[in-house]
Amino acid sequence: MKARSEIRFLLNGTPVALGNARPDETLLDYLRLRQRLTGTKEGCAEGDCGACTVLVGRLRKGELVYESVNACIRFLGSLDACHVVTVEHLKRADGSLHPVQQAMVDYHGSQCGFCTPGFVMSLYALWMREPQPTERAVEKALQGNLCRCTGYEPIVRAALAASTYGNAMSDPLATERAAVIAALNQMKDGARVEIGSAQDRLLIPANVDDFAAILEAEPKATIVAGATDVGLWVTKFMREIAPVVFIGGLDELRDIGEENGAIHIGAGVSYSDAFALLAKRIPPLGALIDRIGGEQVRNMGTIGGNIANGSPIGDTPPPLIALGATLTLRKGNTRRTIPLEDFFIDYGKQDRAPGEFVEAVHVPLPDAASRFAVWKISKRRDEDITAVLGAFDISIADGRVEAARIAYGGMAATPKRAKAVEVALVGKPWTEETVEAALSAYEEDFQPISDMRASAGYRMMAAKNLLRRFYLESTGGSAKLSRYEAA
Amino acid sequence: MTRHETLDLEKARIAGGVASDQKHDSAHKHVSGEAVYIDDMPEPAGTLHACLGLSEVAHGTITSMDLSKVRAAPGVVTVLTADDIPGENDISPTGLHDEPILASDRVQFFGQPVFAVIAETRDAARRACRLAKIEYAEEPALIDIADAGADARLVTAPLKLERGDSAAAIAAAPRSIKGQMRVGGQDHFYLEGQIAFAMPGEDGDVTVFSSTQHPSEVQHMVAHALGVSSHAVTIEVRRMGGGFGGKETQANLFAVISAIAAKKLNRPVKLRPDRDDDMTATGKRHDFLIDYEVGFDDEGNILGVDLTYAARCGYAADLSGPVTDRALFHCDNAYFYPAARAVSRPLYTNTVSNTAFRGFGGPQGMVGAERIIDEVAFALGKDPLEIRKKNLYGTDDRNVTPYHQTVEDNVAERVIAELEASADYAARRREIAVFNAKSQVIKRGLALTPVKFGISFTATHFNQAGALVHVYTDGSVHLNHGGTEMGQGLYTKVAQVVAEEFQIDIDQVKITATTTGKVPNTSATAASSGSDLNGMAAQDAARQIKTRLIDFASEAHDVPKDQVVFLPGRVRIGNREIPFADLIREAYMARIQLSAAGFYKTPKIHWDRDKGQGRPFYYFAYGAACAEVSIDTLTGEYMVERVDILHETGRSLNRAIDIGQIEGGFIQGMGWLTTEELVWDGKGRLRTHAPSTYKIPLASDRPKVFNVALADWAENAEPTVHRSKAVGEPPFMLAMCVLHALSDAVASVADHKVCPRLDAPATPERVLMAVERVRAEGAR
Repeated sequence: MKARSEIRFLLNGTPVALGNARPDETLLDYLRLRQRLTGTKEGCAEGDCGACTVLVGRLRKGELVYESVNACIRFLGSLDACHVVTVEHLKRADGSLHPVQQAMVDYHGSQCGFCTPGFVMSLYALWMREPQPTERAVEKALQGNLCRCTGYEPIVRAALAASTYGNAMSDPLATERAAVIAALNQMKDGARVEIGSAQDRLLIPANVDDFAAILEAEPKATIVAGATDVGLWVTKFMREIAPVVFIGGLDELRDIGEENGAIHIGAGVSYSDAFALLAKRIPPLGALIDRIGGEQVRNMGTIGGNIANGSPIGDTPPPLIALGATLTLRKGNTRRTIPLEDFFIDYGKQDRAPGEFVEAVHVPLPDAASRFAVWKISKRRDEDITAVLGAFDISIADGRVEAARIAYGGMAATPKRAKAVEVALVGKPWTEETVEAALSAYEEDFQPISDMRASAGYRMMAAKNLLRRFYLESTGGSAKLSRYEAA
Repeated sequence: MTRHETLDLEKARIAGGVASDQKHDSAHKHVSGEAVYIDDMPEPAGTLHACLGLSEVAHGTITSMDLSKVRAAPGVVTVLTADDIPGENDISPTGLHDEPILASDRVQFFGQPVFAVIAETRDAARRACRLAKIEYAEEPALIDIADAGADARLVTAPLKLERGDSAAAIAAAPRSIKGQMRVGGQDHFYLEGQIAFAMPGEDGDVTVFSSTQHPSEVQHMVAHALGVSSHAVTIEVRRMGGGFGGKETQANLFAVISAIAAKKLNRPVKLRPDRDDDMTATGKRHDFLIDYEVGFDDEGNILGVDLTYAARCGYAADLSGPVTDRALFHCDNAYFYPAARAVSRPLYTNTVSNTAFRGFGGPQGMVGAERIIDEVAFALGKDPLEIRKKNLYGTDDRNVTPYHQTVEDNVAERVIAELEASADYAARRREIAVFNAKSQVIKRGLALTPVKFGISFTATHFNQAGALVHVYTDGSVHLNHGGTEMGQGLYTKVAQVVAEEFQIDIDQVKITATTTGKVPNTSATAASSGSDLNGMAAQDAARQIKTRLIDFASEAHDVPKDQVVFLPGRVRIGNREIPFADLIREAYMARIQLSAAGFYKTPKIHWDRDKGQGRPFYYFAYGAACAEVSIDTLTGEYMVERVDILHETGRSLNRAIDIGQIEGGFIQGMGWLTTEELVWDGKGRLRTHAPSTYKIPLASDRPKVFNVALADWAENAEPTVHRSKAVGEPPFMLAMCVLHALSDAVASVADHKVCPRLDAPATPERVLMAVERVRAEGAR
């Protein structure tokens, strides 16, 4: 197996080879401190404000895709064979502004200007893939960008007008595509990357087998896929995380596909990568993904990581549990597959042995006879952490509840099924009386806590009301807020 | 700045004069990442970085402090404690000496700075900070104002406003209601956090680049802390990445620490706290408990009010005195109270010392007034808008405020009438009733609320400003003034004023960083006063130079003074016209002074706080907003469907900037009243100290339909700069319409028979709880 001891990537127009990247060094610190590229700002250092937004171009099955990411929680180790594009790359050599920038100027899209480079980069990513976006697409692209001055109105106007300022096809990143692909392909040499020594190492496995071998040898190593959680361990808690194994670049873990009535999602599949297939085959999951983090976080964060970190407020486990998903864990060359719900043992405790890792999750498609729904409740609709999340997969036959799988997030120390509620429903006629009678079972299933996101009382009340909503919708009622007609 | 080589002598209008939609002067730098904020400045060799060590208890005495591990940590150069402060250990802006830079023996809130680490890198400083071992003898802590007893300690003297006999008026009124309202605080969440970068100089000198709205105050604080005269300290700020009041006094701490370290070590020192530390250790908008009693008649006429505004001020006064004063100044919003009594209770709590935030207590005052309107409306079964209109200030009578200022410029009635028509209020009120009757889960609500906001610092002496204008021999102009740029477009507006005065294109006017070395003894850029004060000061400076030019031209060319006229890009002297730059060159050769310091002080205002009487405000700014919302009665989630705003900014200096302030202020106000919730736990720890837990509005929280209009007919009744009006704070409070629309939607679940008493912030949780309560009471 080939090995090298440097990370290689393209920074704007320049190839970079770093033999001294630290395992916990963020892209933002690298840009600002080492490169003095200060257009990229630090607003929060936790991936929530978007002031540090840059683009990362990567090869996805040979195709070059550029995605907005948060430089503040992106580690250098995850950039091997990528193209990093910062705001400094946009202005043309003759000093003229990029169409997105000029539109922002003309529509008065900046006031204090500190968030502006981040907005420009998010809008640039949008412009490349959707030059004439709908207002909805603009809002989605900006879910991860906070502005405190403008109230966003002029920024959205600028985004909608940007296409009149220039042609996306003549954009440098479009015209130089072939050259960038060639450069990245050359960097992607299939080698294991190892930088640093002993406990201070940064490792990029050559492939999944290599990853399995590394982890068996180093069971205490920190696995970093999207870094949307581990990033904060470093920037906020200043935890020592080395040795670190970066798996975001492993193509074998980034596969998603449908087979035998189930969707198979590799542990490295980002929310953005998973979106298209899930939205098509299990539409409520698509709608849910739209409300996880901002675009930058969805481009980095993985469903595998959302499961593996064991959080009680991860958004994907409850719906996946309701759907009866299973998890493949691997250690060395040994694999085992368990029901997802069994993975979560207690707060901070999962069924994962030392040296073992989550390889894939398998999601059975909902039965034609069943109705599947998932609702997330948070203080702010978008880019917020769940207060309560309820997922339902209920089959009704001949007016009776044939089967019910109901799971919640935010209601217990782990993502958890509402088994008493399920029992109270199964076999009963699907009526309002049955639903109302089942509500008391919630107290058996859950004793939620009060925290800054919601009180225990609210969590319980809202959790119950989601079952009421499920009933209402299943009987033809409409009970949803909608920002866009025909959403 | 390049000289115009060819001048268009026929030009009808200069580029970028007043009343033009001139773009923000830094817009092209914002979008390209080239605008330099303090953290972007090149760091001279030897630059060090500081990190603050914060208290981990809310109240107690420090029994031991072991910093040996901190000192021994990699990269650490020194550690500062209170003992290392050469001058006074105090940064209280009001002179009450209640705000230590670093706590010496006792701590009074969780997050209070106790020590500072200075290290080779920021990362090293942050990591070393965590190694401190500090022990405390904890004492009981008062965290929440609801727990404050009647004898609770106040951080500063309360204010009482009294007009008429409110107790008698309420007692004699046909109806009366008592209630209490809770209004949450708000974090500024400026995108650029606090930061200071100090460069040591010779002797006692130091220059501090500080992200501050108040360079002169930072200068004084640094001087006091170092024990040097103010002349040794220079503060400079080119721009802030947002301020909103959060950098009026809160920048002091960071500047002072960096300056002390820089002088001690004779090396540049930068202090940029992490967002969590910034939110934990700096003050916010005050949250309030408002006790109200209102007497009214069956028609909905308010006859008397009795109000108590209790505020969580934190452990020190900071600006809590003037903030709670302003809450009382706006306890009337736009309404006439025939009899009123209002008192403030600036409460001491073991939390961070709260501070200025856009509106400065005014928003909390007004929210109380609007709750009273709701109470009266629900009691009588009337549309709250009817009660609002009925109780507006009059123009010739019913026009005296609780602080005895006569309202002379009232346009509230016209603004409301025009908005009611343009927003189609009546028809939508009917449509919503029909919708709600049919819709089981989703309910809609509608509300229209006015704003009347007093303009001037209530501390009269702050209403002054200075400017410095140089004209160079090529005709280009250097502009400096005491106002600071935090995104609001102040630099652009003042440059427009100067361009207009000289009749030169705005690109001939160089906007320069605010520095205490050029314009001294300035006031904070606050209270919406930036353009009013600095625009006038700069105009004064320009006019002084113009007067000298006119005198010179008149004499040199032997024409009467009134025949020297400044035209776009040129000057007419008698029968001939010459380019502006030519006149400047001639004047220079004739040894005419081409530089001037301008000055302005606001006329007419006075205030006797002890009596609670005077004219604290030069004028008022008016506006109104109408919101329609949908709520989900199963979860309390909501959506703002549509907002219509009509706001007046007098004869606007720059409509584009003013509309930007209105849109931005509205959304910020909406955040305050909806999703922005500050949560302290029982130990006094702020649990919402980062954007992951503290939720300001997103683009997708904007109203689905957002119509913003300026009242084109408006002009300032007072001779302000080009008859414009201040616009920084007033639009913030337009967002009250969202709270009341939510309340209206909640009320619909019991057929508008029960006042929802929806407190702020109206999170989904509060909305759902209000729905449940209204349903239960409605069923009784």
